[in-house]
Amino acid sequence: MIIAEQKPMEEILEMLAPYKKILLAGCGACVTVCQAGGEKEVGVLASQIRLARKDAGNPIEVLEMTMTRQCEPEFMEEAEDAMKEVDAVLSIACGIGVQLMAKTFFDKPALPGLNTTFLGFPEEHGVFTERCAACGNCVLHLTGGICPIARCSKSLLNGPCGGSQDGKCEISPDVECAWQLIYDRLKALGQLENLENIIPPKKWITSRDGGPRKIVREDLRI
Amino acid sequence: MGSEKPKIVAFCCEESGMPAYEHAKSLGLPLPDALKVIALPCGGKAETGYIMKALDEGADAVMIFACYEGNCKYVQGNIRAKKRVDYLKTRLESLGILPEKIAFCPVAPASGARFAEMVQEEVQALDSRENKS
Repeated sequence: MIIAEQKPMEEILEMLAPYKKILLAGCGACVTVCQAGGEKEVGVLASQIRLARKDAGNPIEVLEMTMTRQCEPEFMEEAEDAMKEVDAVLSIACGIGVQLMAKTFFDKPALPGLNTTFLGFPEEHGVFTERCAACGNCVLHLTGGICPIARCSKSLLNGPCGGSQDGKCEISPDVECAWQLIYDRLKALGQLENLENIIPPKKWITSRDGGPRKIVREDLRI
Repeated sequence: MGSEKPKIVAFCCEESGMPAYEHAKSLGLPLPDALKVIALPCGGKAETGYIMKALDEGADAVMIFACYEGNCKYVQGNIRAKKRVDYLKTRLESLGILPEKIAFCPVAPASGARFAEMVQEEVQALDSRENKS
């Protein structure tokens, strides 16, 4: 899922400075699970914004809403009525949600309350780690289900490098060496021979290097 | 919420804070008129949203009365509550609001005197802050 974290309050308050009435829009999908932009976070952040503005002698009205999903156009109508009333929307969805709000409600500023950080999962309660770089050309079948693009600091396709020490990456003793993990996993699967196959240079055109990506599925189009 | 000052909202664990509150009342110990006591099944139920909403709706301070560490019936509820309070204090600081508006108060069920004492300490702290501002 998409992992995000809330922007610093100073930044949020600065963004909201020109506005007197806003919609604070959460999202019921990924950011609810990573507890950055779900219904609970909408309530807490709305209170914080109101308190801060009241304290500064410049009160603000904050409407609260958590949309089913902010990343799909069909759910945008949930915010239609509220958007008519407000000066701007502070979205605490991922960057996709913010952009869809901006596109749908073209005449109202859409402000990001979160920093969209990475694609990952909860390692444990309150700990989230990156697992996918959305490179567009998956090699997990070659690497024991461990992504060398997202998890190796150098995104090496044929690792490890000389910076691997005792299973840890040279960038930090808290970061596991992805290629050590790949070795351990392939060994457990009885597929160590995979390591003898050199993975050729990757076609990064499927990643961001090819510019903004787009998929058209003619079979799904109406 | 009444108009009396200071308005203090006390979220009380049913295993410790609530019995301590009842004990304080039964002893006739002084408690502020505007003390609003809200019973929770565990201190761990004191969610960040509840605390912030109380402040947002005009509470001068929010106190969370929970069990001492190691005494939680649900093992870690009190630890979670304390972590949330610590987190919210940093958020309040970033808003330029005094973090002392939120207090985590471990208390034993038979400690009515300690309950009343902590509430009075909060009242005094609020008074001195008001006098300074």
